[in-house]
Amino acid sequence: MNDQTPTRVERSAKLKGLGVSRKRVEDVRFTQGKGNYVDDIKMPGMLFGDFVRSPYAHARIKSINIDAAMALPGVIAVLTAKDLEPLGLHWMPTLAGDKQMVLADGKVLFQGQEVAFVVAENRYINADAIDLVEVEYEELPVLTDAKVAMAPDAPVLREDLAGQESGAHGKRKHHNHIFLWEIGDEAATDEVIANADVVAEETVYYHRTHPCPLETCGCVASMDKVNGKLTLFGTFQAPHVVRTVASLLSGIEEHNIRVVSPDIGGGFGNKVGVYPGYVCSIVASIVTGRPVKWVEDRMDNLMATAFARDYWMKGRISATKDGRITGLHCHVTADHGAFDACADPTKFPAGFMSICTGSYDIPVAYLGVDGVYTNKAPGGVSYRCSFRVTEAAYFIERMIEVLAIKLNMDAAELRRINFIRKEQFPYDSALGWEYDSGDYHTAWEKALKAVDYDGLRKEQAERVAAFKRGETRKLLGVGLSFFTEIVGAGPVKNCDILGMGMFDSCEIRIHPTGSAIARLGTISQGQGHATTFAQILASEIGISADSITIEEGDTDTAPYGLGTYGSRSTPVAGAAAAMAGRKIRAKAQMIAAYLLEVHDGDLEWDIDRFVVKGAPEQFKTMTEIAYASYHQEIPGVEPGLEAVSYYDPPNMTYPFGAYICVMEIDVDTGVHEIRHFYALDDCGTRINPMIIEGQVHGGATEAYAIAMGQELAYDEIGNVKTGTLMDFFLPTSWETPTYTTDFTETPSPHHPIGAKGVGESPNVGGVPAFSNAVHDAFRPFGLKQSHMPHDQWRIWTIANDLGLHG
Amino acid sequence: MIPSAFEYHRPADVKSAVGILQAQGDEARVLAGGHSLIPMMKLRMAAVTHLVDLQDIAELKAVSIAEGKVTIGAMVTQHMLIDNARLAASVPLLREAALQIADPQVRYCGTIGGNIANGDPANDMPGLMQCLDATLGLAGPNGTRNVKARDFYEGAYVTACEDDELVVSVTFDVPKGGHAYEKQKRKIGDYATAACAALIEMDGGTCRSASIAMTNLSDTPIWSRSAGAALTGTRCDTEDIASAVTAALANINPTEDNRGPVAFKMHVAGIVIKRAITRAIASA
Ligand SMILES: Cc1cc2nc3c(=O)[nH]c(=O)nc-3n(C[C@H](O)[C@H](O)[C@H](O)COP(=O)(O)OP(=O)(O)OC[C@H]3O[C@@H](n4cnc5c(N)ncnc54)[C@H](O)[C@@H]3O)c2cc1C
Repeated sequence: MNDQTPTRVERSAKLKGLGVSRKRVEDVRFTQGKGNYVDDIKMPGMLFGDFVRSPYAHARIKSINIDAAMALPGVIAVLTAKDLEPLGLHWMPTLAGDKQMVLADGKVLFQGQEVAFVVAENRYINADAIDLVEVEYEELPVLTDAKVAMAPDAPVLREDLAGQESGAHGKRKHHNHIFLWEIGDEAATDEVIANADVVAEETVYYHRTHPCPLETCGCVASMDKVNGKLTLFGTFQAPHVVRTVASLLSGIEEHNIRVVSPDIGGGFGNKVGVYPGYVCSIVASIVTGRPVKWVEDRMDNLMATAFARDYWMKGRISATKDGRITGLHCHVTADHGAFDACADPTKFPAGFMSICTGSYDIPVAYLGVDGVYTNKAPGGVSYRCSFRVTEAAYFIERMIEVLAIKLNMDAAELRRINFIRKEQFPYDSALGWEYDSGDYHTAWEKALKAVDYDGLRKEQAERVAAFKRGETRKLLGVGLSFFTEIVGAGPVKNCDILGMGMFDSCEIRIHPTGSAIARLGTISQGQGHATTFAQILASEIGISADSITIEEGDTDTAPYGLGTYGSRSTPVAGAAAAMAGRKIRAKAQMIAAYLLEVHDGDLEWDIDRFVVKGAPEQFKTMTEIAYASYHQEIPGVEPGLEAVSYYDPPNMTYPFGAYICVMEIDVDTGVHEIRHFYALDDCGTRINPMIIEGQVHGGATEAYAIAMGQELAYDEIGNVKTGTLMDFFLPTSWETPTYTTDFTETPSPHHPIGAKGVGESPNVGGVPAFSNAVHDAFRPFGLKQSHMPHDQWRIWTIANDLGLHG
Repeated sequence: MIPSAFEYHRPADVKSAVGILQAQGDEARVLAGGHSLIPMMKLRMAAVTHLVDLQDIAELKAVSIAEGKVTIGAMVTQHMLIDNARLAASVPLLREAALQIADPQVRYCGTIGGNIANGDPANDMPGLMQCLDATLGLAGPNGTRNVKARDFYEGAYVTACEDDELVVSVTFDVPKGGHAYEKQKRKIGDYATAACAALIEMDGGTCRSASIAMTNLSDTPIWSRSAGAALTGTRCDTEDIASAVTAALANINPTEDNRGPVAFKMHVAGIVIKRAITRAIASA
């Protein structure tokens, strides 16, 4: 060694590995408008397809006349269910074990439903042709309320299911019923609650909203009739699953299908499912022999592709006099819309709603979920959350507040005395999960201290007094939320989608000169995988993150994976990356041993090299090893330096966090102002703090939107009332609160690098924090429960109902 | 989101524009900033066969402030209303209101003429023009005629502007006294849940004149003569303001929409009107 030798600190810094706030490599192209999205794809001879959609929520189709549309110059084809029927493609299976009409077959079941697919030379002709397709409808009675849909004499929505007494998830008890999913011990729960000191009961509604990614869904299908290959570019959060489904549906062999997800402008669950647009584009390309593009407009996206939530959650929670929770009972009426097209692991028709015991040590619990059909769009996807975890977190965090009211207790204290204690991990919950790790008390104390919780309560009391004296018209709310997520689906033993186990994968190739490419089965939609996965690998294999290309989304090159949603990329594919990296390192160790003429057991890994134990001047860097692996004959070792890992996680990961929102509310106008929003996240090992912070800002902003105004609202005849961004609330920079982020770090014990996933935590934890702030402001005046979204008129209505307008 | 086909015209002066309108009848519409019209065309809620783009007509982009009168050409953008220092100095109310329209991107395109002529009760400029008692200049086949902003609006999207006319300018006296434009909305880029423009002139503690107009609380903008009368001649104490608010509320008729039910809108209107009046008095 000499003065030129970089120090360990310098070598380590050069890697830009774990824990470094490395700048996002993706942003160079995105900030210059150089992204490549589906709608940027142009192919020679490409046609454009678009839908005639139903204006009605429930109607019989008497006739469809396409003559005038076909007569318009430039129109190539108009497909209806009749054309798809001979191919068996007028219906398609959903990810939830139901089936869905690709094009209206005899009737329509929601406004915006796909009725006919027009294929034309360009979008302009297409738009004119859509107006020329004449559809005669006979209106039928409409059901938009899942509770009403279960009335004995409610109209029959799914006539195709007549006589089917059971579905994919067991018995159906009514013609509009999909499934009843039960977990936990109901009898024992009922008994505990019946004998409890204190019981709080409430119905908590998590309204229907929509992930609303800025880029809508779309695809380009291109069937090459000469070589029999189908290429499908699309906004897919799970490209491999799409390939397999496309193969199963079309009969085209899987090796002849290439699915590519180019840059994706946000997904949030909206781009997990399979939509009629994909099927119709493929069929149209096969029929015409030309590439066909389909891209939704904003209204299509909000009206027809997957919504989120719409859960009516009826809860009972019991406790001892001094506030120890003894039992929890939850029954959900789940509005799934016209077809059950949730995107959940197969065995979990209500996703991971059974995480609804939250962060609390609740000895006994029961959850029952009734899935119900209505005349609304299908979906029920996880909008920036792991399968129904937002619903669960909102439910339990509202129930805690309601119980605190009943106990006349401070809600922060009630949480504290019921948290699962650090020494109880791994913790088996009453509803069957094994929480891997956590330290809730430390996080909670840190959060309460950071916001000066006691000071806030004093200020609030003074404010209430001033309000009562007529000195102010503004109230102060302190919204508490402590959440535990369950992410990283998931172990193949219980998690699959359409039978495909939810493992994920990574394949690494080290190039001769010591740089690398890694491909994964996931696909970034803004999460920054190209940045963070390279950091994981950098720390594992000692090559700078800047010298590692990350590639995802092309099924011809990427290893099979289940895609990106449910915060699964880091827990599953990130683990695969680490494991593949370790395979590389293992082979590198053998090569280094040969080169250094020592036994491989005599070497130890040191940041970016193998060093002979006790002789630090003798080493081989990863660059040297990579070079040797391609250029030198090494006895007993294959040339090259590559590895593949398929990772089946042993358990989910359980990120948690403490969020606190301080809100001012004008009781006269219903206008609110977020004074402070504090977000503490524990996502285990922190790969890139800057990206974590960005994810928290984005997710918390979505949470803010959902809690404070964002809604997919229907009128009583099933018209979508919020079909444009004028009415569907997306906050601008002006409305977006300022966030304070913080963390604790409790690594996952079973994940190779201890990481847990963070992208969705802020949505899960944020919604209850905002909503509880509204509730908390009015708690001194007797408010128990009020449904989201808390937009101005609804907040005003709370105040009005409480008699605060004099 | 694609409009049906149309012919595009781009006249260089008002006379040619009127000529096209006259020739094409109700098949023609003028295009100003396009930020109300183009969305309607994309939704195919407005069928326009001949689109007459006014952007090349230089004479519609002038602003003059002389002898106590302000004249603004129809094609002056909302951004220019904010950016023009002389306008801001003589009519700060105009700047205050313009800043509450939509967002900067919309304001770079949207024009005062389009905002006034559109006839949407949610537009902010119409109420403001009524508050200022502006006069609109309408050019047609027989030259230019004047119509008071307070007489211009007949119903939602129905105005005194004939098919073969266009708004060329607005004129009003440089206002005296205090002013305020209060607007409650759901977010940046939203139209008003309720908005109110107030101009109040005080004279030694007594109100000399008061002009109160409201936005998006009826199917047209509402200028409330009685609200102004309730303040004029008083000392504008709490009770006087309350009776002005009551008077103003008697003139409006809001409807339920996604912004909320009628009772909420009436309540919020009362608050917004009161705040506008109070602030205008304070700055008088
Ligand atoms: C997201 C968004 C938010 C908005 N928020 C607000 C808001 O908060 N407040 C608000 O007031 N507005 C709002 N607007 C509307 C915006 O201010 C428009 O620009 C304005 O309403 C119309 O002006 P324009 O110049 O764009 O007119 P255009 O859209 O070009 O025309 C509108 C109508 O007026 C007619 N017209 C235009 N000019 C003339 C003329 N000189 N003579 C006769 N007829 C004419 C046109 O034929 C058309 O019918 C919003 C728009 C958007 C897209």
